[in-house]
Amino acid sequence: MVHMEYYLIVSTIMMFVGIYGFLTRRNLLAMLISVELILNSVDINFVVFNRFLFPEQLEGFFFSLFAIGISAAETAVAIAIIINIYRNMRNIQVKNLNRMKW
Amino acid sequence: MEYTILILLLPFLSFILTGLLGTRLKPVAAGTFGTAVTGIVALLSYWTAFSYFGAGRNAEGIYPTMIPWNAEWLPFGGSLHIDLGILLDPISVMMLVVISTVSFMVHIYSFGYMKGERGFQRYYSFLSLFTMSMLGLVVATNIFQMYIFWELVGVSSYLLIGFYYTRKEAVAASKKAFIVTRFADLGFLVGILIYGFYTGSFSFTPDSAVIGTAKVFLPLALGLMFIGGAGKSAMFPLHIWLPDAMEGPTPVSALIHAATMVVAGVYLVARMFPLFIGYAPEVLHITAYVGAFTALYAAVVACVQSDIKRVLAFSTISQIGFMIVSLGVCTSSDPHAGGLGYMASMFHLFTHAMFKALLFLGAGCIIHAVHSNEMSAMGGLRKYMPVTHITFLTACLAIAGIWPFSGFFSKDEILAACFAFSPVMGWVMTFIAGLTAFYMFRLYYNIFWGRENRELHAEHTPHEAPLTMTIPLVFLAAVTLAAGWIPFGNFVSSDGQAYRIHIDWSVAAVSLCVAAVGIALATWMYLREDRKVADSLAVRFSGLHKAAYHRFYIDEIYQFVTHKIIFACISTPIAWFDRHVVDGFMNLLAYVTQKFSWVIRGMQSGYVQRYGIWFLGGALGLAIVLLLV
Repeated sequence: MVHMEYYLIVSTIMMFVGIYGFLTRRNLLAMLISVELILNSVDINFVVFNRFLFPEQLEGFFFSLFAIGISAAETAVAIAIIINIYRNMRNIQVKNLNRMKW
Repeated sequence: MEYTILILLLPFLSFILTGLLGTRLKPVAAGTFGTAVTGIVALLSYWTAFSYFGAGRNAEGIYPTMIPWNAEWLPFGGSLHIDLGILLDPISVMMLVVISTVSFMVHIYSFGYMKGERGFQRYYSFLSLFTMSMLGLVVATNIFQMYIFWELVGVSSYLLIGFYYTRKEAVAASKKAFIVTRFADLGFLVGILIYGFYTGSFSFTPDSAVIGTAKVFLPLALGLMFIGGAGKSAMFPLHIWLPDAMEGPTPVSALIHAATMVVAGVYLVARMFPLFIGYAPEVLHITAYVGAFTALYAAVVACVQSDIKRVLAFSTISQIGFMIVSLGVCTSSDPHAGGLGYMASMFHLFTHAMFKALLFLGAGCIIHAVHSNEMSAMGGLRKYMPVTHITFLTACLAIAGIWPFSGFFSKDEILAACFAFSPVMGWVMTFIAGLTAFYMFRLYYNIFWGRENRELHAEHTPHEAPLTMTIPLVFLAAVTLAAGWIPFGNFVSSDGQAYRIHIDWSVAAVSLCVAAVGIALATWMYLREDRKVADSLAVRFSGLHKAAYHRFYIDEIYQFVTHKIIFACISTPIAWFDRHVVDGFMNLLAYVTQKFSWVIRGMQSGYVQRYGIWFLGGALGLAIVLLLV
């Protein structure tokens, strides 16, 4: 039996890798992947807590299923936006995207 | 009699439809629709009158007041609430008949008069709006509903005066009419509020127990309401808007500024008559003096005006003065002892509406024929326009008070009421009646006889108006001939009991003589081609003539007071304060905010990842705070 803590360590690492990626990647697609990492780490947390702490209930599983579905939709939207940005600006480097201010 | 609600709803529907569809509707379709609706409304009004008076009197011998439709619209708590409904009593039923008849005639007439005008649909839509609001005014169940429709009437009058909105004079006139009447309505509103506060209701017949506590304030409230009425009814010194209102299309002048809307003030006083007579007879007598002065002033001015519509406008002011005087000289609610004036006033309102509408519509035909309002463009028109000539003459005889035309009967009752009040008032009003005869026949001779403007007429031969315009003339002339024989006292009297009109021949003989003198004088001065007498009189009394022609400089006085005193001494400092102090403070706030935002806006770099770092830092900071606390 693997202890709950190991799962949590993995998800924490995923979480901070995602945050680090989100803050340092120079490419929008890479940032999107980092955001997905954060989301997945949260999903793992949900499942783990459900499995170990409340094994007779199923809310955590279903909630993570929902989160996966929502994140798929969100990814589709994000990619659509990125494609449009590419069409307009001919690249997707974050450092060029500073028009959204005042 | 629930169907009476249709009398209001149908014109409103017509207003909405023709107004919204606008130019998508063919002019003929809009006109036909509006006219048909008004025709139905007229029929409904006649039916209402027929069944109301046909239902007979109740046990006390009066026609009962009926409220066939009523809805509480705005409750204020306590007994104070504003209702919207329909009230039928003898005077409101009488007004329904007058308004719908004149309105219907004007709708038909406008087909010919407004033919080919731009905005024909808009014109009919506004006419419907006016008809609806005027009908709503007269059937109001309470003073506040009356006020609502009163303002609606003011708006539609404004819209119609300014119908030719590309003409500067029309725009100025419409603004003037609106502002002057609004100014007067302020008095009306304050009066209503005082009335509502002290009697605890907006009803026309408040509880007599409640009135006891409000005794001091009731005359004040009624006086303030009369100011509103004086504004709409063009009493001196608030009359200045009415002559200018003649810039509107002539049928509009006939409908609104002669027959219906301008008598709203008279109607208001008549509506409040039981309260006036019961609690504020002094205020009522003040209105009589105001009315008498207005009648005299307007009659003198009408004698020298050269624009035919202005003559008619001043004659309207003068005749409304007669009605107000007649109400004002009442000393009790018993028609046999001092209350005759009420019936006389309503009777004159009825007959005046018919013959004054006829005069204006006739003037419209004349203007249509010679394309000018000035008397100098007319003269000798009787050969060209026989129908207009005869009907116009009928109306002139009626307004001059010649037997057996309708004006004779109503004016005779007014004079009898005035003589009963005081002989001075009686003689003054008789003199004004003589002046009326003089200026109306001066107008008549200058249009149809006298010096003909041959050059103009040769260049463009005047022609009789089309049938759509002459049929209303003939109809109204027939009414003018017949209306005097209506046993009016049977339907309307101050205490509701049947009152049998009897001609007081001592008064009637005097007024007939005076009218005959006036007509004879006008004939002597203006019938022939050369007007030596008139011209020499104008030269000899040039000061008076000039002053009267300029309406005794009342407009100039207003101009002076508003521009030199109010605008210069009050409005300009207030405007300065507003621009520099009030606005200045707001500008300062905006300036400070803007400068501060320039300082901090560098934080908004637009880079998503920098925002992410701020977000992460904030979240971590919060987490630390939560852990430590």
